[in-house]
Amino acid sequence: MLISPFKLRRLGMLGMNCRNRDFIGRYNDRRLYPLVDNKLKTKLLAEEYKVATPQLHFVVAEQHEIAHIEQQLETLNGFAIKPAKGSGGKGIWVITHRDGKDFIKSSGAKITMEDIRRHMSNTLAGLYSLGGVSDEVIVEDLIEFDDCFEGFSFEGVPDIRIVVFRGFPVMAMLRLATHASDGKANLHQGAVGVGLDLSSGRCLNAVQFGMPVYEHPDTKRSLKEIKVPDWRGMLLLASRCYDMTGLGYIGADLVLDANRGPELLELNARPGLAIQVANGFGLLPRLRHIETLKEKRFPTAESRVDYVMKEFAVTPLL
Amino acid sequence: MKIRRLPFYAIVILLIVAGLGTAGLRHNTTEVPFVPGEQKPVWLVEARIDFLAQGGKTTVRLDLPDSAPGFRLIREQAASPGYGFAVLDDKRDRRAEWTRREVTGYQTLYYNAQYLPVSYEPEPKDPEPPKAEDVFWDEPEATAARELLRGALSRSSSPASTARELIKLLSPNSPDQNAQLLLAAEPSRSRLLVKLLNQSGVPSRMAMGLYLEDARRRQTLTPLVELFTDEGWLLMNAATGEQGVPENLLLWSRGVDAQLDVIGGQNSSLTFSMIRQTVPAMALSQVQFQDNIFSLLGVYSLPIEEQSMFKMLFLLPLGAMVVVFMRVMVGLRTAGTFMPILISLAFLQTSLVPGLISFILIVGLGLLLRNYLSYLNLLLVARIATLIVLVIFLISVMSLVGYQLGLNAGITVTFFPMIIIAWTIERMSILWEEEGPHEVLIQGGGSLLVAVLAYLLMSIELINHLSFNFPELNLVILAFILLMGQYTGYKLSELRRFRSMENMD
Repeated sequence: MLISPFKLRRLGMLGMNCRNRDFIGRYNDRRLYPLVDNKLKTKLLAEEYKVATPQLHFVVAEQHEIAHIEQQLETLNGFAIKPAKGSGGKGIWVITHRDGKDFIKSSGAKITMEDIRRHMSNTLAGLYSLGGVSDEVIVEDLIEFDDCFEGFSFEGVPDIRIVVFRGFPVMAMLRLATHASDGKANLHQGAVGVGLDLSSGRCLNAVQFGMPVYEHPDTKRSLKEIKVPDWRGMLLLASRCYDMTGLGYIGADLVLDANRGPELLELNARPGLAIQVANGFGLLPRLRHIETLKEKRFPTAESRVDYVMKEFAVTPLL
Repeated sequence: MKIRRLPFYAIVILLIVAGLGTAGLRHNTTEVPFVPGEQKPVWLVEARIDFLAQGGKTTVRLDLPDSAPGFRLIREQAASPGYGFAVLDDKRDRRAEWTRREVTGYQTLYYNAQYLPVSYEPEPKDPEPPKAEDVFWDEPEATAARELLRGALSRSSSPASTARELIKLLSPNSPDQNAQLLLAAEPSRSRLLVKLLNQSGVPSRMAMGLYLEDARRRQTLTPLVELFTDEGWLLMNAATGEQGVPENLLLWSRGVDAQLDVIGGQNSSLTFSMIRQTVPAMALSQVQFQDNIFSLLGVYSLPIEEQSMFKMLFLLPLGAMVVVFMRVMVGLRTAGTFMPILISLAFLQTSLVPGLISFILIVGLGLLLRNYLSYLNLLLVARIATLIVLVIFLISVMSLVGYQLGLNAGITVTFFPMIIIAWTIERMSILWEEEGPHEVLIQGGGSLLVAVLAYLLMSIELINHLSFNFPELNLVILAFILLMGQYTGYKLSELRRFRSMENMD
């Protein structure tokens, strides 16, 4: 039923209290939080630092603008609607295509223009934002995910979460949507988490609901075959997020777009702990190792990525 | 990191020491008990004065104990209709005085006082020792006294032993002729002893004591002798030879000749009755130490209404500690961080079961109404405002219905924090839509569990008593909260969450 805390310590598992106090509290300056809590700010910052993100179409900042969105959406076939201050993937609607006057969501549900208006109105009023503060709506490009993930994800975009500590990617995980997770890539909702080897982008271990799995529960494709293409590019993108935000301990959510390559979806200043379960080992030894390194020795993202690809190579468990 | 931690632990230890130290000091100086409901025995002593008034101006003076060793005066009062009464306190000589312009016939005056037995404290020594009084005898007593003293002094080495020898010689069955002679001239054995001791150069005086026995009436004062030794005044009973102040002896007057002084009356008599009572230690402390610094800094000086508010306020830190513990160490999820404390405070007013039922009823009904509100497609702020109004209606209806059904608990529902409840309903509703009813149950159950735990702790009599009477103990709670804020180990819930790591190595 319960695992002994000594075993967890031996595995180097990072607990919530330790994460909050020793890493988030120590390395993340509160003043910088708005940069990642507001997706719009992240996006604008990313453009400044030449970090690729999905193409922004338009922003709705006031309730009265909702009346005019019909014209703005006219030219778009598929798109994603996101609250700028949403957290945990709440309030994100992905529209894959149109069906006459209606829209089809990634889950297959048919929605009307009126539904979109109401959703935007709710979002602006702060339904999805932390603390219910007023919010903005971002409408951006639909991600066409790369063929290499064909059969690995069900009704949703697989995304890659990389935990970056002081600019060093320390752990990575691929999140695959399943039928159980309703197309969402959240592990606690039933998405499959696949731990990735930092040196190669290959699958190390996979879990769903905290239990090991070997194939995708819906498509039955063996997860062992997973190898993320352009892996070094992914790590570089994640590593640059540190230079961009200045936050020491972040989780970068990346996607691989078929046309545009690796893109940054969002950043998280309080990345979750489930990544450790997906990888089958704890973050703590790596974090403590990075803490001992001198920042001056690794001025660029390239140097940091090269270091971790060499230092943190692991042989797969599956 | 080690160096940075040192001041932190110093602060924690300082807080604990300050909290416990202040509480201990408060307990010692104002005798506020640590345990609620503690009772202390006190003696209620009543002096009754009877006399026959002559019809003119009447003044009655009664000598009162100044500082009876082993006892502390709690309160005193006189019952004597028609008389003016005052306690005259001129340095070391307290007297009660009754006065009346015209009075005839038999009169009865009462004076009663409550005395608390305390541990015997040595009195401060007089800066200059008293001098032995000069004693004059007529012949043949002068010769008898000299003879008696010579005999006693030859068998003694100190004032105390001289007194003991004299008591032996003066005992009723003593064969000594000189003693018989002196006793015939001065029948009071105590007075005789005082005279003889003063003659031998030992300063001594008369004292009157009252032996305290439960439920005794018509007791009189017992004459005693005090002689001055190197250690101060020493009490001796001339009849029994007993030395020192017995535990049940209240020294009523010392060194004063007349205990009762009636002007304008005759046939006066002074009798005592006494009874042993028990009174709450709390009340005793408040009566005795009204002007103490701790009482002035305590909340007793406030009006009752504010006191009861503080009673609640001082319980909050404990609730906050429970929340910190449940979230940091156990890892329980609650809806709203400190919402459970507010709920548990409401439970304190409603009592547990009715509180739980009405809370679940309100939130349940609120969720139903909120479900309907989502069809109206309102803006968030308006929706929560609507919920607040609806919650107020719900609570009013519930308390009215409860009252009509004869349930007292119905009325106390109004103690629930309505705005917090409205927000809780809103959050729960969103949680329901996004994560499903399972998460609502987990968070709602977690909040209720924390609230019930906090309530159970807060309703313990001892904790109530301590937090109100020793508010400084909250510093200790603060220290614990600080300590828990440093905890970086695993939460109990994480041991379950990561249980699949069991087969990893």
